[in-house]
Amino acid sequence: MSVHPLHVFLRSEALPTAFCPGCGNGLVAGAILRALVQAGMELRKTVFVAGIGCAAWIPSPHFLADSLHVAHGRAVPTALGIKLRRPELQVIVVGGDGDIAGIGGNHLLHAARRNADLLVIMVNNLVYAMTGGQVGPTTPHGLPTSTTPYGNPEHPMDVVQVVAAAGANYAARWTTAHLPQLEKALVKALSMEGFRFVEVVSPCPARVGGRLSMAPVEALKWLRAQSKPVGQAGPDEIPVGEYIVRDRPGFLRALRGESRG
Amino acid sequence: MSLRRFWSGNIAVAEGALAAGVDFYAGYPITPSSEIMEHMARELPKRGGIFLQAEDEIAAIFLLIGASWADAKPMTATSGPGFSLMQEGLGIAVMTETPLVVVDVMRAGPGTGQASKAAQGDLLQARFGRHGDQIIPVFAPSSVQDCFELTVFAVNTAERLRTPVILLSDELLAHTWETVRVPEGVERVERRRPKDHEPPFGSPDPRVPPPMPRLGEGHALLVTGSTHDAWGLRQTSDPHAHRELVERLWEKIWLNREELFRYEAVGVEEAEVGIVAYGSVARSALAARKLLAGKVSVGVVVLKTLWPLPEEPIRELAARVKAILVPELSLGQLVWDVERVVAGRSPVLRFSKIGGGIPIYPEELAERVLEVAG
Ligand SMILES: Cc1ncc(C[n+]2csc(CCOP(=O)(O)OP(=O)(O)O)c2C)c(N)n1
Ligand SMILES: [Mg+2]
Repeated sequence: MSVHPLHVFLRSEALPTAFCPGCGNGLVAGAILRALVQAGMELRKTVFVAGIGCAAWIPSPHFLADSLHVAHGRAVPTALGIKLRRPELQVIVVGGDGDIAGIGGNHLLHAARRNADLLVIMVNNLVYAMTGGQVGPTTPHGLPTSTTPYGNPEHPMDVVQVVAAAGANYAARWTTAHLPQLEKALVKALSMEGFRFVEVVSPCPARVGGRLSMAPVEALKWLRAQSKPVGQAGPDEIPVGEYIVRDRPGFLRALRGESRG
Repeated sequence: MSLRRFWSGNIAVAEGALAAGVDFYAGYPITPSSEIMEHMARELPKRGGIFLQAEDEIAAIFLLIGASWADAKPMTATSGPGFSLMQEGLGIAVMTETPLVVVDVMRAGPGTGQASKAAQGDLLQARFGRHGDQIIPVFAPSSVQDCFELTVFAVNTAERLRTPVILLSDELLAHTWETVRVPEGVERVERRRPKDHEPPFGSPDPRVPPPMPRLGEGHALLVTGSTHDAWGLRQTSDPHAHRELVERLWEKIWLNREELFRYEAVGVEEAEVGIVAYGSVARSALAARKLLAGKVSVGVVVLKTLWPLPEEPIRELAARVKAILVPELSLGQLVWDVERVVAGRSPVLRFSKIGGGIPIYPEELAERVLEVAG
């Protein structure tokens, strides 16, 4: 039997994965690992930090790398604590929309404002999946969820736009139907300093697809059809691509006084 | 040789931290603890340390957790409302066995209470403010000298036992200025690193904390706040794994408790009436004892470790006196401990005072002692 080339980066005790069939997290995991390889990053010098949620499980326990799995929403400050003390390590946060933009939203905003030298990957599956598919900060208006059975009365937040406005060096969105573009974005983000944010819109067959009677493959097709380049997307479409790319000094350099004058 | 310095309680805490090797501080401003943060903001960058004002206290404690895993000796200081926000992170620090120190300079609560006024209402929160079974060591200074020494002890305890530690100060002490004798060098404990193939979250002897590996050395370390096995792999449905872990974390502190006990027992041998106190209130108790010299012989137990509780000195006091007074700047929290420990051997009397940051004056305490002495 042939072995998947990414197998060496996975922890055997974590396999087979606990992710549901058709979950987008496997695609995101693959994209992250391939991007690390392409960017020439050493896994032993990479630290993953995750909060709580299905997406948080991508690195912990799957990746054969150092990982910290902390409280719901608190991955970003934990990651910054590591990066400040060990600047030589590549510190990557992986989490869900609820974890990163909901309960952890304040940390996200301020990490972007500081241009903290972190890469944050947010898997946006439109709901709080792990707890049963409740509404979240990125749930589309009108979508029924387990806590909005009559449709979501609220409007979602464009997290990439918020992060770009807050001061990040890099902010982009792709979907699991755009893996080559996603990998390229991650490779680029890995080579930069400052705050880098990549959102991946991803299907959740268990909590969203099931409710909409949408098979995983249909969901991928839907994601592709729904996505339009940033600036050309209509109100119900998904803007994909880069929102911001800039080269401001990262927080570490700013702390050392290298960004003054 | 030692130096003499004139410091406030808050400055002495910050200086104690620096002396003990604290090299990372993240915090959020709150009265009456802010001088600690401001002192660290000035001093740490000069010494190659890291200072960061966080977006809130939740971020502050998780910054400490991250920094600690990245080899820092981290500390933060806060007060009531911020201490409440840090409970979440303290629980994760317990479960991940992350050394760090949280200073809570108590002010009047509940809610936002009276921001700049002294109180002692956080004792039970310091012990039990988090969900789940656990013990976090709690120390309480009652002089500016103690602020220095107990901060050193708190940092060293965190490293030795691989645990979060809480230092419970109060506004009166924080803003009291006294002379401090500063030794030329203080003991610095360094966390133990793993030798070949030692698990980072398991230990054959519960008294001995597991070694703490460094990030970035190819350990493929799994650190999680969820129940895990000796290698950090999540075990969220195995009842045995949970019991083994949580009991070991408990025993790690409990079986080492004798080492943690700090207290002073003054005049207990010949005491007619006893007082058990901590923090700034203990100073009033010692002053009341002096006021009563020649009238009533008062034995005072000043507790500097509040959790686990040194029970023996309280029991010894109870065996000798007519009654024990427990003065507190709260409606009564330490008094429950004393009642439990004394278990009827002598009457235990609450002496509570709250509001406006007014101290318990030695005179009023002395008057009450006279009444009790009959
Ligand atoms: C403080 C706290 N509140 C609530 C929870 C319960 N909880 C676990 S995962 C989760 C939602 C996760 O949603 P998201 O971050 O979007 O990740 P997903 O599972 O969708 O990948 C919640 C609310 C928790 N663990 N901690
Ligand atoms: Mg989600």
